[in-house]
This record gives sequence, C-alpha cells and structure tokens, in this order.
Amino acid sequence: MAADQRLNQEVMQSIIKRYPRSRSAIMPLLHYVQSISGYVTNDGIELISELLEIETAEVSAVATFYTQYKRKPVGEYHVGVCTNTLCAVMGGDAIFAALKEHLDIENDGVTADGKVSLEHIECNAACDYAPVVMANWEFYDNQTVESAKSLVDGARSGNPPAPTRGPNRLVTYKEASAVLAGLDDGLAREGVQAGGPTLLGLKLSKEGK
Amino acid sequence: MTTTQDSAVAVELITVIIDGFEVSVPKGTLIIRAAEKLGIQIPRFCDHPLLDPVGACRQCLVDVEINGRAFPKPQASCTIPVEPNMIVKTQLTSPVADKAQKGVMELLLGNHPLDCPVCDKGGECPLQNQAMSNGRADARLDGYKRTFEKPINISSSVLLDRERCVLCARCTRFSEQIASDPFITLNERGALQQVGIYENDPFKSYFSGNTVQICPVGALTGASYRFRARPFDLVSTPSACEHCASGCDMRTDVRRGKTLRRLAGDDASVNEEWNCDKGRWAFKYVTALDRLTHPLVRNAEGVLVQASWPEALAAAAAGLKGKRAAVITGGRVTTEDAYGYSKFARIALNTNDIDFRARVTSDEERDFLAAHVVGSATTYRDIDLADHVALIAFEPEEESPIVFLRLNKNFKKRGLKVSAVAATRSIAMNKLKAEFIKVAPGSEAAAVAGLSLTAKSLILIGERASESAGLFSAVAALAAQTGAKIAYIPRRAGERGALEAGALGSLLPGGRPVADAAARVDIAAAWGVASLPSEPGRTTSEIFAGLASQQLEAVVVGGVEIQDLPDSAAALDALKKSFVVSLEIAPSAVTGVADVVLPVAAITEKSGSFLNWEGRARAFDEAVADSQNRSDVRILSMIADAMGESIMLGTVTAAAREFNQLGKWDGSRVQFAPVSAGTAKSVNGNEALITSWRRLLDMGALQKGEDNLAGTRRPTVAVISAQRATALGVTSGDQLRISNSRGSITIPALVDDIHDDAIWLPRNSFASQTLVSLDAVHGDVVTVVKA
Amino acid sequence: MSKLTPVLSAHWDEADSFTIEAYTRHGGYTASKKALAMDPDAVIQLVKDSGLRGRGGAGFPTGMKWGFIPQGDNKDHYLVVNADESEPGTCKDTPLLMANPHVLIEGCIIACHAIRAERAFIYIRGEVTHVVRRVNAAIADAYKAGHLGNGIDVTLHIGAGAYICGEETALLDSLEGFRGQPRLRPPFPAIAGLYARPTVVNNVESISSVPAIISNGAEWYQSMGTEKSKGATLYSLSGHVNNPGQFEAPLGITLREILDLAGGIRNGHKLKFWTPGGSSTPLFTDAHLDIPLDYEGVSAAGSMLGTKALQIFDETTCVVRAVLRWTEFYKHESCGKCTPCREGTWWLVQILRDLENGTGTEADLEKLLDLCDNIMGRSFCALGDGATSPITSSIRYFRDEYIAHVTHGACPFDPVKSTLFVGAVN
Repeated sequence: MAADQRLNQEVMQSIIKRYPRSRSAIMPLLHYVQSISGYVTNDGIELISELLEIETAEVSAVATFYTQYKRKPVGEYHVGVCTNTLCAVMGGDAIFAALKEHLDIENDGVTADGKVSLEHIECNAACDYAPVVMANWEFYDNQTVESAKSLVDGARSGNPPAPTRGPNRLVTYKEASAVLAGLDDGLAREGVQAGGPTLLGLKLSKEGK
Repeated sequence: MTTTQDSAVAVELITVIIDGFEVSVPKGTLIIRAAEKLGIQIPRFCDHPLLDPVGACRQCLVDVEINGRAFPKPQASCTIPVEPNMIVKTQLTSPVADKAQKGVMELLLGNHPLDCPVCDKGGECPLQNQAMSNGRADARLDGYKRTFEKPINISSSVLLDRERCVLCARCTRFSEQIASDPFITLNERGALQQVGIYENDPFKSYFSGNTVQICPVGALTGASYRFRARPFDLVSTPSACEHCASGCDMRTDVRRGKTLRRLAGDDASVNEEWNCDKGRWAFKYVTALDRLTHPLVRNAEGVLVQASWPEALAAAAAGLKGKRAAVITGGRVTTEDAYGYSKFARIALNTNDIDFRARVTSDEERDFLAAHVVGSATTYRDIDLADHVALIAFEPEEESPIVFLRLNKNFKKRGLKVSAVAATRSIAMNKLKAEFIKVAPGSEAAAVAGLSLTAKSLILIGERASESAGLFSAVAALAAQTGAKIAYIPRRAGERGALEAGALGSLLPGGRPVADAAARVDIAAAWGVASLPSEPGRTTSEIFAGLASQQLEAVVVGGVEIQDLPDSAAALDALKKSFVVSLEIAPSAVTGVADVVLPVAAITEKSGSFLNWEGRARAFDEAVADSQNRSDVRILSMIADAMGESIMLGTVTAAAREFNQLGKWDGSRVQFAPVSAGTAKSVNGNEALITSWRRLLDMGALQKGEDNLAGTRRPTVAVISAQRATALGVTSGDQLRISNSRGSITIPALVDDIHDDAIWLPRNSFASQTLVSLDAVHGDVVTVVKA
Repeated sequence: MSKLTPVLSAHWDEADSFTIEAYTRHGGYTASKKALAMDPDAVIQLVKDSGLRGRGGAGFPTGMKWGFIPQGDNKDHYLVVNADESEPGTCKDTPLLMANPHVLIEGCIIACHAIRAERAFIYIRGEVTHVVRRVNAAIADAYKAGHLGNGIDVTLHIGAGAYICGEETALLDSLEGFRGQPRLRPPFPAIAGLYARPTVVNNVESISSVPAIISNGAEWYQSMGTEKSKGATLYSLSGHVNNPGQFEAPLGITLREILDLAGGIRNGHKLKFWTPGGSSTPLFTDAHLDIPLDYEGVSAAGSMLGTKALQIFDETTCVVRAVLRWTEFYKHESCGKCTPCREGTWWLVQILRDLENGTGTEADLEKLLDLCDNIMGRSFCALGDGATSPITSSIRYFRDEYIAHVTHGACPFDPVKSTLFVGAVN
C-alpha cells in the first residue's frame, strides 16, 4: 500500500500505545490524519485500518459518524458560528449570514484561497459568552458581525486575532488537529485562565453578594 | 418443569402470561419469541433470531409488568428475556403498545419510497406486510422524503437502494457477527445514516447473499435477480445444495420452467438460515452450459453423431457387455445415482472397479474412508460441543463454508479453540484466531502427532490429506490415543453419499467390506443374484492405469471434469484407448472422447438426495420439470436392461427405497493399515513446495455464466513468506513465475504468514490452475522467480 | 451573607489557576493523599454520606454508583469521566477544566482508589482545543509530580463532535473506537462497561467535587443544599440577562435569586421562558422564578434540574424559532440507531419549519404533539425524549404564539430585537 508518506507511523504507534486496546486509538488517529492532511484522506483510512488490523469499512464508519472529521479539505482556518438556539437568538444567525455573504461561501464552504472555511456549529459550551464563534476550535467570545468579519479577514491575510480564551496566537487547522490527536504543542500555559462571566459568581461572592 | 436438550442438560422453564395466555419457555427466551410460541406475532424489523438483540427499530414495543410492577413505558420485546411473574401485553391487548407500534411504523414508512410496484421485495416484504397488519390506515407525514442517488453497487453481486433502507442493521450485524466480514457498515449519522462500504473495498464476502435474504425491505437486492420476477409468480421447491458437502437446506424458485433464484432454507441443525454465495447464486450453469439434449454415438467414421435413445442404449450395452469395464462417478452424483452406479458395476459389469473420487487420491484415503468414515455420525452438533477443533488439510471457509460459519459461531459465542495444521495461514484462521501450526508441505503427519486434544475434541480432516503421506494415519492414531472425534469433510456434495452407496472398490453399499464374504452374501441376497465379485476394485488412478495399459477395455464415466485428475493429459489418453460411456449434462473433455454420450438431468431437473459430510440425507424434488426423467440411475438401469443384466432401478424412488432398506453394515470394519508419516521434499535456491486449495469461487464448472458472482472472487495471488520475498526481491503485488517441467503460472505475489519453503497458489482460479498448468499437487517442488 | 458558595471556583480568579503550582498552593493533592490512606470502602461511604449526586444531568447518587462496582472480581475496573459537555446551554465543565483541570485529576485519583481502578479515561469533547491543552498539560504535570503513575493512570480521550457521546454507553462505544451509539442495557456499565469491564462513568463536576468532600468531610457538604439535594453546584446563567456567568451556589437556590445577583433580565425587557437544565429539560416561564433549583423542586414543577444550564430568553424571542432550532439540533445529533429519534426528528423539523414561517396549520400542532407522544419513551435512549421536551413544553405554555404564526401567516417577531447587539445596530 502506498500510504501518504507524511503520515508518521511512529507517532501513530505512540497514539495506539495510549490505550489498552488498539481500536480505541481510532479517534485520535483520525485527528492525527487531519493534522497532516487537513482532512481524513483515503490514505489515512487505509493506514489506520492496517495499523489497527480492522477493515477499512470499520474505519470509515467511525470517520463519517463524527462531525469534526472532514472528508474533504477545510480551510487553514475553520470558522464555526454557533447557531444553536441561544447563540442564534443573541446574534449567531446574523453573524453566520453576514460571514456567508462576506466570504461568498455557503455552509461547509471554503474560500477560493483555501484560507477560511465556514460551518454553522452546535452549542460549544460557552453560552455565557454568547454569541460565540470558534476558529479551529478556539473560543472567540461575545462576537458581533463586525468582530467576526475582522476575524475572517485577519485569517485570510494570515494575521488572525488571538482567541479570547486560548493561546496568544490562533494556530492553524492542522496544528489544532494535532492538539486534538493528543499531541503537545506547548501552548497550554498561554492565554487567560478564565473570562469575565466564568468569574462572575466568584467576584460577587467576594463582594459579599 | 424442565425439558431436556442433548439428553443431559436440564433447561429451566419460565412461565409468563402474554395477552392473557400462559406460556412456558426456556430461561433466556426473549419475549418476542415466547409470544411466537402462542402464535402472537409482534411486528419487528431489526430482530433476527440468529443475530444478537439490538433493539434499534423499536417496532416490537409491548407493555411489560414484573411482580406487579409495570415498566413506565413500552419495552422492546426483542431485547428482554422472560422472567418469572412477568405479564406482557402486546398490541393485541394494550392500547399503549398498539399506538407505540403504529407510531413507529408511521415513522418507518414516512421516509420509505412508494416504489413497491417495482421493488423486488414487493409481495414478500416484511415492511409491506407489517404495515398492513400493524400500521395506521392513513398517512399524515407529507413533507420532504429522504432521497439518495440510487442504486449503489456495493459489490458485483449486491445492490443497495439506500432510500428503501429502514436501518435495522441486520445486514451489517450479519456481516460482523456471523461472517466476520465487516465490509459493510453503518455510515454517517442520524437521518443520514446509511449502510455502505468503504469506497475502495467492495462487499466481497462469501456470505453476502444472506444480507439480501434477511433485508426486511428491498434495500439490498441481488444483481442476478433484481427486476426479474414478482414473488407471487414464482413456484418454490425445497432443494438441497449441490455445490459442496456442507449440506445446506435450500429453496429453488422457478418461473415458467426457469430457475430465477435460490435461497437458503432453514435447518437449525445444519445451515441454520444461511448459505454461501456459491450455493445461492451459481445455478445458471444448468441453462448457461451448452446442454446435451440428445444421446450421441460415435459412428464408424469415428464421429459423434446424434442418436435415438434406443440406439444409444444399445450401443452402450454392446460396448460394455462382456468387457473388462470400470466405473468412475465423480463427486456430484446424488446418493441414488451413486447407488445406481454401484449396483451397475457389480451386476452389469461384474466388477468392483468403481471409484467416486475423480480427483487426487491415495490408497491411504480409501482405507481411512472404509475404516473411519463410512457409517460414521459426527455432526455439526459436535462442533458445538467440542472443546477444541483441529483443522487438518481443510480450509473451512473455502472448502465447506457452512462448517466455517458453525466454527465461527462457536468461536464468537464461547471462544472455541481452533488449531490448524497447514503450510500457510488462511483468512479463516485469522477470523477464528486459530492456532496456526506451520509446517512444510508434506510434513503434516508429524505435526498432527503433536496436537494435544481430549476426548471432547474434534478433528476435521479434508480430502487434501490424501496429498500428504501418513496424514490420515496420524489423525487416526491421534483420535485413538485421545478419544477425539473425527469428521471427514469432502469438498463435493456427492462424495459421502457415494461412499455410503458403495461407489468404491473396497466397499459395497452400507459400508460392507467387499473382502467380507458375509457382506457380499448380504448384498447378493438383497439384489437377488447368486454372488458378487470378490476381488476388491481398482482406485481411480488404477482404473486409468488399467485403461492406459488396456487391462481394462471400457469405462462408464458419470460427471467427471478431467482437469480435476492428476496428470489429466494421461487420463484423457487412457480414455481415448477405451470404450467410454459418458453420462453428462453438457459437452466436456470426457464426452469429446466418449463412444456413447447419454444426456442426464441437472440438479434442478431431478429428484434425489445428498448425504452431507455428516452423513445427513437431504432429499429434494425436481424444481423444473424434465419430461424424460433422466436421472443417472434410470439411464444406468436402461443400459443394464439392454445388457440383459437388469439392476431394477427404474426410478429415483425405487433406488432410494432399496438403498435405505439395505441399512448399515454392523459387522467388523475394514482394518486400517497405517502409512508412515511423510516428510517434506528438500528445496534449494528458488525452489518451493507447492500447497494449494480450491477457492470457493473459482473456475469451477458449476459457476459458469455467473459473472456477478465471479466479481466477488478473492484475487488470484501466490503467497510467499517474507524471507522468500526478500530473497527474490519482491513485495506484494509484484509478479511471480511459478514453474516446473510441465509448465508455468505467472501471478502477483502476496507476502504473508507461510512456511519459508512453501508457496501457496489457488488450485483452480483464473490464471492459476495448478493441476492443469503444472500437474503439481501439495508438496511438489516448483521453481519460483520474479517475473 | 453571600448566597454563593465558591468551592470549585474558589481560586479561578488567579491568573495561573490552571497550573499545578496554583493548585498545590491551595492545598491541592492533599485530599487524594488522605483518601489513598483510607480503605476504599470508607471513601465510597464518605461520598455516599455526603449526598453528592451526579452533576451530568440525571442526579444519580455518586457514592451509590461507585458501590455497584463488583469487588474482588479480579477484573480491571475503569473510571471514565464524561467531559463531553454538549447539551445546549451547558457551559460549566468547560470553564472548570480551563481554569482548574487538576481538581478533576485529583478527583480521578480518589475515585479510582475507591472503585479499585488503576486507570481513568477523561472523554472530552473535541471542539475545545485550548481546554484539551490545559487538561493534557495538567495530566503531564501530575505525572511529573508523582500524583499519577503510581498505580493510577489517567488518559485523555478527545472526541470529535457528536452530542450523543454524552450518553454514557455511547461514550463507552466511542472510547472503544466504534461509532458512538448507545448500547443495550443490561449489562450496565458497572458490570460490563469499558472493554466489558466494570466501569464507573461520572460527570466532570461530580468527580471534581470529590476532593473537597474528602478534605472537608461529608457533614460539611451535607450542610449545603436541600433535604435530598446536598451540596453546592455550578449554575450557568446565559442569554438575555445583564450579566451572564457561572454561579456556584447551594442546591435549591432559585432563578429569582440568581437573576438578582446577575443584575436581572437585560434592561427594558422581561423574562419569557427559560431552561432549568439545558434544552432537553422542559421549558419554564416567569411563573417558575421561585422554584427551588434542586433535583426534587424542578422535577415537581414538571421539568428536570439537568445540568443547571439556565438559558434565559426575554419577550423579544420567538419561542417557535427557539424550539425549531433546538429540534434541528436534535435532528443533527441523533445517532441514527433507533427509528423514533432518527425519523421522528426528521419530521418534527419540517412541521416546525412550516409553523415558524407561517405556512403551518393548527392541525400541524396536534400532529406535532402526537408525533412527540410517539417518540417520547419509545426511543432507544434519552436523546429522543429530550428532543420532544422543548416542543411539548413550549406548546403547553405558548400555544397562542404558535397559533399566531398560523393566523399571521408569518413569524410575528423581529429577530434583530433579540440579538445582543441590537443597540449597536439601532
């Protein structure tokens, strides 16, 4: 089998060794494939099947179940606008509509330069920061149409703003995928420990309220 | 109250009340099945008695109460075993269950297309039927239906119409749980969930047709039946599978004289509800082959010309009468036909020169069959009870696929230990996680001696053991020493029946030894003759040698493929020197050199029975009328009449009755004379020892015309070890040339787990016919080079 | 005295709160040291005595769950932490792990000891890159400090976007490398969970609550909360309020009290409807402001405490639009295994869409309710049930608003008015 030579089998074996049973490694391995190829390639599926000694159909069954695994390339910066009810009502719908128009792409589309892809996403566990936009699954809190536009504009010019709660710079989709494969990028200590809403109750309590 | 199973194990019975009726069922029985015992049909889709419960479709919801405590919501009756003090209310007595079922049915129908009039399943569709019996009268879901591009070929044999699928997952569960071929899976999620393959790997499972049969809608269809017929236009006849010795119960569906499909029948003792794709989809040969329709007789100019039946029978009788003649039957004969050949040889030809083994054989095998196999009764149940199964010269998935399914069931359900003595690892060994005892081809016997079995173990030995000296002997010794049971599993459907019918030189019908005077008297009396020939008969190879040397002058050949024989060219030459009467369904190498050719009925055109490897009989009726009733036994009877040596077997029924009345021999068996263990030949440099078997799907004559089926064959490869690959400088996929003085084969290499001295290649696959091209059998030396 | 009781959140306001240095500075990893010196059964008893109940939504007593694990069975046992926080409105575990992952790791050590497990898995959703970094770094630091690796190991498993994996058996299938679809029960995870071994699956907040219980004792924990709902918990307030955020308070606090703390509904508006515990819990209205937010109180009022995700919507919000969007979510996240949820959500969305855009009929409302009746309690897991909650509860309280869409022939609301930046737009 002529697998994509960029897929590092040593790294993949180290991921497999995290688990008592090798099949458990299928999800981090798929994230790893995305960190190399930007999406789940056939080469990736076939190599995972070989390493885990399961059928290719079993790998693709898993790969197609989870929303984060993409079977076609996404942008270098994958932007998700939360349009679940609360964010949608509070502005997510407006932001999503504006970004589609601004980027001239539809849901799941990629800009022609390959820089930005757009997806409407479900609740991302940051409702107290609504409306929320994620870029490469980093938090951009309390967004407006304008702030979201400047996020994607920055991304297209190679200079995206830093996440609200995240490292000091926005990593690429592939770099973020490596983190999701469980690989350390050394950025854990960057960024705030919490945003204002997270600390609100604590602050009020300290004020005796 | 208890009932017994296997006479020893008591099964606890549990009594429950379903819709007001009491029923007692074994502990562990699911509610849905307990209801069936009362004749209460709870609608269902995902439920299948041979698959693990999944509770996915939610169609079988019922109200359940235990010890007076009711479940707050209806429960899936396909997932809950009965319990003491359980009261169940199905749709018949619970309005809640009835509404729940109607609600689920409405949702299943909502996205289902209304293409029943053009759907293969229409008329025999569980969704259609249960929608009528348990669905709402009106439809109220009037929005957008789910649509898919249609259909998808998930293999050359199976098509998938995704919009019809109700996602019961029977097909994917079958593939994973029963066949261990998870090549089809559920993909995507939610309302987009769909059955599918990985785009580069089609559904190439030997058992794929079962998914078509158990699909409760028309989502999976067979390429060769799709759009061919309506179920209500078909006439169904129970039948038996002629393709191997597994012994599947089958059903043949015919419309206007033409077989349109065959389905697996339901025999819990044998094939349960499954069969293999060859059994299901290889039947067109009956019509695809250029069938013989009239007798042929070689005229004075040496040309075969059409003749009338009386002319042909007279010619056959004249050519055989008073000659030193023999009989070769081939392995596909029914038990009744085999009995006819057996009796014909003894009475009409006055000889024991008869052998059903038209293939590579050994005298050791003949003696093993007489001593250990004829009359034996090892069964599938013994696989269920075994603590350990040893596979000797037997690849179950390729050579007896239902035996594989039973092994796999026991492996999956209870971790049955399987060991295999072989030169190469097989796919089935991987599926069964079998212990692989790797030996050089030819040295199997020594390895068998080292197996540690118990009195509860089972040895499955195949006919290829005759290609490794001392292997039958080693198995007999191991069984004697450990108390393990033996089962001999021939590849062909007719072989066990032929053995029991006495189509062997050393045995008369019922396992009576020719050498035993009392046995001969037994049969002579039954047949109303003064005596039977007492000299044990020749084997297949001895018969051909006899023909070649003209010690034998004539031969009756029934259904033999010449390329199944070792040195087929020599065999054909021998036939050319002799007077040959050939009983065949289609022109073949044998009919080409025959002096009289008598057309006989194919399986679907006649009645009869097969004995499978267990010795279990399965009778079948003709599915397609054949006005001439040309079963071999009837024609043999007519030849005998023409010879003035009547065998009195004018019908299949008469043959069956007479054979069964003879019963089994209860005297002493033939003593088995052990043969010493063989050793592997030595190899040097590029030499290798060949090992081989026939793939289930290959160039076999009965698969002719089945292009869809051929598309799911396993690829033709030559398997070599990593060490040899390195030595040759090849990797998987590179072409190898395998040759000897007789010829060569060039096919791609596959580097796998095989003895370093060995090379495996398929015996009768496209581009790899080892007997024809190399005349090489197991253990022979060939030269392997990079092509 | 403050109504709030920050325990989990006590040190979140320190900039390095997520580090092992900060955690140990505040006494971190002393509870695990104490617990490891205790008999495992005594730890289970202590947690039972504390009254701690599962914070993932179902409220099952944590100590009792641990007690179900068979002992002396010579099998591997596993702890699996459910950090797949995905229920709409729920946003407590994510900030907790970003601000203080070590408290979860210490909780894992204690829980593993109690259930005789040598290995814990933390299954975290995949859409939170920075939280993954923080947890992974915390695990690495805990190994370096010797808290892990001496008989107890913790492995982080990262999901890939599937709400259903928050269902514990779907989570286990996902962790084993399969499609995350719920398993048939029995067997329950306590008997045959991960790799068919006895397994406890607990929510992040539940496990993170354990170290403080070990340190301060069951009585301390019991002293907070209500009769059957003991302790303190994180309430997550979001939506049309002046100050959204996390409020750690004793169980039984009311929405009115929390809103008071948060500065109320956004200025000039009034409360219309809210969820007590995420979108799967039936909606409440302004009539429910004084319901005690504990397991019993919310249940008695016809909903569920769930994840205490208080999503607040004011009168500018169209309830039909809100419910449609949630229903679209359930359709998107249905795993596909069972008919009622997979097929039911497909049709619910279509009917709701018609109703929302004004092309529906009053009869559609009855169809909707009947379909919900055929899904609720008929599905394989609770996701199907949850999908019906917003629909049936919204029709119960706002039937007139649905009818208004029908008679108006369109949605009578202006969506701009409910956005956060409406002022900026105006």
